[in-house]
Amino acid sequence: MEYVIEMLNITKEFPGIKANDNITLQLKKGEIHALLGENGAGKSTLMSILFGLYQPNEGKIKVRGKEVKIHDPNVANTLKIGMVHQHFKLVHNFTVTENIILGMEPKNLFVIDIPGASKKVKELSEQYGLKVNPNSKIEDISVGMQQRVEILKMLYRDAEILIFDEPTAVLTPQEIKELMSIMRHLVSEGKSIILITHKLKEIKEVADRCTIIRKGKGIGTVDVKDTSEEKMAELMVGREISFTVDKEEATPKEVVLDIKNLSVKNNRKLMSVKNLNLQVRAGEILGIAGIDGNGQTELIQAITGLRAVESGQLFLNNKEITSESIRKRTESGIGHIPEDRHKHGLVLDYKLEENMVLQNYFKKPMSKSGILQFNIIREYSDRLIEEFDVRSGQGSLTTARSMSGGNQQKAIVAREIDRSPQLLIAAQPTRGLDVGAIEFIHQRLVEERDKGSAILLVSLELDEILNISDRIAVIFEGEIVAIMDAKEADENKLGLLMSGAKEVDSHE
Amino acid sequence: MNKLNKRYLTIIIPILSVLLGFLVGAIIMLISGKDPINAYLWLFKGAFKGMLSGNLARLGDMILASTPLILTGLSVAFAFRTGLFNIGVTGQMLFGGFVAVLIGATVDLPRLILVPLAVLAAMLMGAVWGIIPGLLKAKYRIHEVVVTIMMNYTALWLVQYFSKLIIPGHFDTESQPIKESASLRTEWMTDVFDGSSVNMGIFLALIAVLVVWFILEKTAFGFELKAVGFNPEASKYAGMKVNRNIILSMMIAGGLAGLAGAAYYIGYTDHIPLGRLPSYGPDGIAVALLGLNAPVGVLFSSLLFGLMSVGKGLMSIRAKVPEELVQIIIGIIIYFAAANLLIRNWIVKLINRRKVKVNSND
Ligand SMILES: Nc1ncnc2c1ncn2[C@@H]1O[C@H](COP(=O)(O)OP(=O)(O)O)[C@@H](O)[C@H]1O
Ligand SMILES: [Mg+2]
Repeated sequence: MEYVIEMLNITKEFPGIKANDNITLQLKKGEIHALLGENGAGKSTLMSILFGLYQPNEGKIKVRGKEVKIHDPNVANTLKIGMVHQHFKLVHNFTVTENIILGMEPKNLFVIDIPGASKKVKELSEQYGLKVNPNSKIEDISVGMQQRVEILKMLYRDAEILIFDEPTAVLTPQEIKELMSIMRHLVSEGKSIILITHKLKEIKEVADRCTIIRKGKGIGTVDVKDTSEEKMAELMVGREISFTVDKEEATPKEVVLDIKNLSVKNNRKLMSVKNLNLQVRAGEILGIAGIDGNGQTELIQAITGLRAVESGQLFLNNKEITSESIRKRTESGIGHIPEDRHKHGLVLDYKLEENMVLQNYFKKPMSKSGILQFNIIREYSDRLIEEFDVRSGQGSLTTARSMSGGNQQKAIVAREIDRSPQLLIAAQPTRGLDVGAIEFIHQRLVEERDKGSAILLVSLELDEILNISDRIAVIFEGEIVAIMDAKEADENKLGLLMSGAKEVDSHE
Repeated sequence: MNKLNKRYLTIIIPILSVLLGFLVGAIIMLISGKDPINAYLWLFKGAFKGMLSGNLARLGDMILASTPLILTGLSVAFAFRTGLFNIGVTGQMLFGGFVAVLIGATVDLPRLILVPLAVLAAMLMGAVWGIIPGLLKAKYRIHEVVVTIMMNYTALWLVQYFSKLIIPGHFDTESQPIKESASLRTEWMTDVFDGSSVNMGIFLALIAVLVVWFILEKTAFGFELKAVGFNPEASKYAGMKVNRNIILSMMIAGGLAGLAGAAYYIGYTDHIPLGRLPSYGPDGIAVALLGLNAPVGVLFSSLLFGLMSVGKGLMSIRAKVPEELVQIIIGIIIYFAAANLLIRNWIVKLINRRKVKVNSND
């Protein structure tokens, strides 16, 4: 079998870190080849080398059997290598076509031939089933569509080898399904694909082979159909990973959070939580399952105080908190792992240690008479980093912005759990994380439960809900349509309830 | 090593901006047939001449010129560090200064009480003038730049109106001067600096540098203000009172500008010139920019600007280079300082290129 790409024994060093250490990756023509590794394993670096953004310190690259030096992305372009980056590179107030031809505008004497280009874009879009309108502006289309524009950009440049860097991280489940079928279509038309991901399910679904790297080192390449998810996870993390969380039966005690007839409006001033009632007890994990946009965000924001309540009441340990300040709620025992870690969870320009004390910087011992005690803050932050295995370049002094998403999330989890809140609200706590980090966070949530915290988990991932909840509530259009013991729930039943089928139970 | 590099880069850029400014100035002089070395020599002599032989008058003048700059620069820098762009320094300074002059001209009290009273009142007035844009931003999300620009003109005409009404001067273009006992000038400083009107304003400025640095870097209060500036959403999540902090930031920035007003109108001069906005406001933005919005940086860049504005006189007389050249150099320095990112990228590229070469050699 001939290889279209061979990256042989690639090593790449950054100051202080070997991002790639003797990695070999061989891509067959017409295959979807997954590149699997934890956050920070060196996947993006390896692909950036192939795309000409970095030069390797050691190793060879062969394209279609011939050894090449890829000095810059232009060389990659002529070798018909294209890449969709983790963060799209699109001009937002340009149209789809304008973005696609950017840098290689077809000239028609003196003017740019937009209509001609637009036609070609349309043809390509139809050929590969992308359904992109060439004349839409980028700012008006969804993230999923923007990704397709990036794909079209590669196709327009006749790329044969397509690199996708974590393409599914930004997509909804529906969009992910569509992307998978687009990728299958692409290989059926003779393209070859390298797919970076740390989601094993996706690899199982579309990939033919999978190359695994761990902490920069090449671990090996496996055939996907002969390898179980568990095995791949183990290869990736370097130890056995349990997908199901070991936990004892819950022993729920008194009611910690009591929500009574709660109604909340969303940003568009529409009622998105409607007359909702719910109780969460000490020592249990209550999972809220639901399709995105059914009021979960507003519900959490109302409980934590980020959003005003229209009507209804909230009680924490029998004390009403409906109109308390956010700080009061935090102080009286609410911890919150927010859905959007960049918007709410972190001050990205602050150092890690400053983020670790974001809620208690003003209290003893972090401050004394209003003066920050930096040595105590440092000790505290170092301890959390150690305990929660938060990895970063410069420990406590790392700027939060420069950390990987998984480690940012671990930092937030560390901060929120360490305050030992009586009520811990975890909104999508593992979004975008690799299996190792997911396992870790799940274990910590269960531990908190066992210590007697009430845990409210909101997640769009049914696996997660089913895995760690003790009770499951299904939210649909702002109402809780069912509450059940986790033992009675399964994916099908929840799926039906989430889409609004109310009479599911009566058929049993 | 990485971290060191970064810190080194941060400091090197303003220095490089200054050098580049002088370099471009030299090129302009060469093209117009002047001798740049001679000109720069006189520029520096203009600020330091006589110092070795014990005459500190010029040094005093340089400090005098720097004083209001330090304070307006601090005002801009403080606002900026807490996420606000205070274009309103001008108005806050003028109104603060007006209140100081008003007290200095009309109130009869012993010097020991009168001067602090005037200074405090100026700060308070500046703070009040800062509250308005702060409130509008906090309550209605109206951008502070728009509001503060309007507030500058409001201050200009209100000050003119009240001056004419309450403390009219001998000329139509000036207010009544303050009493000698209300001035920040002191005999001993004038003596030490051989007749220069450098005054206690510099001590106020130095204290302000220290206090602002302390607030921003050491206190929980500063931690909160900066957090709100960087990410109001996350600050809200963390339980901080975002709106209150926006207003407080603008108040403090206004207070610093008001202090600049005191330093200028009852220290540098002794009256309010009517119908004119002080140029220290925009200059404060330049100083803050070059000083990377750090209090110490503001101090140094103010001293540099002070040096140039004092030295340019001698330069134009002795080297026959028009004073405007200094303005050009300052302009260019600001350009380069503002293009911080651009220069940073150049340097990084340069370093990387060298590294690649080293790598391929071995
Ligand atoms: N330009 C860079 N300079 C220094 N270190 C880098 C750079 N890019 C990546 N790294 C480091 O190299 C490692 C691998 O990063 P990356 O390839 O982005 O991982 P992945 O894509 O697998 O999450 C990380 O530790 C990261 O911090
Ligand atoms: Mg990556």
